[in-house]
Amino acid sequence: MIAVMARRVGGLLVTLLAVSFLIFAVMDMLPGDPAAVMLGTSASPDTLAALRHDMGLDRPFPVRYLGWLGGALTGDLGTSYTYGVPVAGLIAERLKITVPLALLAVGLSVLMAVPLGVTAAARRNGPMDFIIGLFSHVSIAVPGFWVGLLLILFFATTLRVMPAGGFPGWEAGVFPALTALIMPAFALALPQAGVLSRVTRTAVLDVLGEDYIRTARAKGLTAREALWRHAMPNALIPVVTMIGLQFTFLIAGAVLVENVFNLPGLGRLALQALTQRDIIVMQDVVLFFCALVIVMNFMVDIAYLLIDPRLRREAGP
Amino acid sequence: MTVFQRFARRPQLWIGAFVTALLFALALLSLVWTPLPPSKMQIMHRLKPPFDVGLLGNDPYGRDVASMLMVGAWNSLSTAVMAVALGGLIGTAIGLCAAQRRGLVEAALMRFCDVVFAVPPILSAMMLGAVLGAGRFTAIIAIATFMVPVFARVVLASALQIWARDFIMAARSIGKRPFGITMVHVLPNVAGQIIVQATIQLGLAILTEAGLSFLGLGMAPPAPTWGRMLAESQTYLSQAPWLAILPGLAIAFAVFGLNMLGDGLRDLIDPRHRDG
Repeated sequence: MIAVMARRVGGLLVTLLAVSFLIFAVMDMLPGDPAAVMLGTSASPDTLAALRHDMGLDRPFPVRYLGWLGGALTGDLGTSYTYGVPVAGLIAERLKITVPLALLAVGLSVLMAVPLGVTAAARRNGPMDFIIGLFSHVSIAVPGFWVGLLLILFFATTLRVMPAGGFPGWEAGVFPALTALIMPAFALALPQAGVLSRVTRTAVLDVLGEDYIRTARAKGLTAREALWRHAMPNALIPVVTMIGLQFTFLIAGAVLVENVFNLPGLGRLALQALTQRDIIVMQDVVLFFCALVIVMNFMVDIAYLLIDPRLRREAGP
Repeated sequence: MTVFQRFARRPQLWIGAFVTALLFALALLSLVWTPLPPSKMQIMHRLKPPFDVGLLGNDPYGRDVASMLMVGAWNSLSTAVMAVALGGLIGTAIGLCAAQRRGLVEAALMRFCDVVFAVPPILSAMMLGAVLGAGRFTAIIAIATFMVPVFARVVLASALQIWARDFIMAARSIGKRPFGITMVHVLPNVAGQIIVQATIQLGLAILTEAGLSFLGLGMAPPAPTWGRMLAESQTYLSQAPWLAILPGLAIAFAVFGLNMLGDGLRDLIDPRHRDG
């Protein structure tokens, strides 16, 4: 068990290192000189050289990479070229929006998907199963950011009951902040819910065919009791796995949805950094997002190891 | 078997095939005919609703929305097809190679796939956009990059099963080379899986392309794309809601059709998924 864990942790570190190198190498190919961008065209060559030296741009590639990596490990992500403030602070500020948004979206999608998936499994091949199946097919096909646009169109511009976008900040109180996040979270959650409800249905059906469900029924439990008490806890394992694996799409969706709703989150920061050519910010945000995805997948892996003893002996796939 | 019986046995496959065929037909038609040239501006028809001047209304520059959607279908589909073809080709090669060589090669290739898979396509498109400049080429590369690990994993899993079969043993015992076995025996046997995966990934590629165009990371204007039509609709949301509704419907329709087709094909090829 410990050996397998150690191998997984080793794998995690190697992947993180490789991703950071990939990001740095790609961003390093970027044409243009950040120092020149900062100073503008009128700067003298001496000032430019001095700034390049201060920013460490004149050092060789491996030194710059290791410097960036070392900084990232100690929480020093460098200084934004356009904002002139530490990137770590910028990211922390934006996380106050992106993290609650993502959590809200996952919560909403589970709230929608689990009851739908269980109902579909319980009424297998009935009309309800068909309707739920259709819902999941449609919601997977629908782009989340378009759902966001439709929500704005309906609730903000037509009914005028919800804000069309923007974020009042947590200082304005929890309720206004949550109000600003609920529509974007729903837009993010809908495509996820489609995937999750299908996974839930399959998982519940798989579990319902197991011997221990028959035993539970033989003991005198009703179908409903057997479903919720014995089938559900086991069926949730693949559902939780799927939530972890869908994380990449959640992040991609967040970048889009934040732009639809004008939410100053991490995704918007990345896009602004791209338009302003703020390389260090882009590099850091992308690294941060990728690290999140990798750690999330790693945790799914570990959760599997803890749940399923059979995986502990072999190294696994 | 009558036509109806065939349909009733595999409704997903037929609905998916119909929607996809319709989509490809509209996209191909746009190459030779659209109701109006998609970039023709008629300012006097500015923001006209559907059924007024054009069938599906006009945009803020008076351009015909129906024509833009048709050309958008071509732009979106061709980008997605190229991205999936590129990603599928490289991913399949990696999967086949890993299955044939096993050991360290397999471990290294799959670790590489893990690394690539960790970068969401929107983010890799942003990074590549910063280096190469935004445009169709960047979008294709970014989407294809994300597809490589998907295909590599699917192909590796299926190919490993094939390599364990008796007829492979037979081929090896008569002295066939591993590369020959891969091409003659393994590839044809995993081709079905690749086709199913390509269909499903095509839907995902369309969604991603729309997202990239929405952010301004797709094809350069004035070429109409569904994503940019949605981005431009935001300014006129209350005046011209059809500009926000129609391109989204087009995307959803396309992805829905491809997903149905993919599911239907999977049922057809892999009986384990039947009734699933």
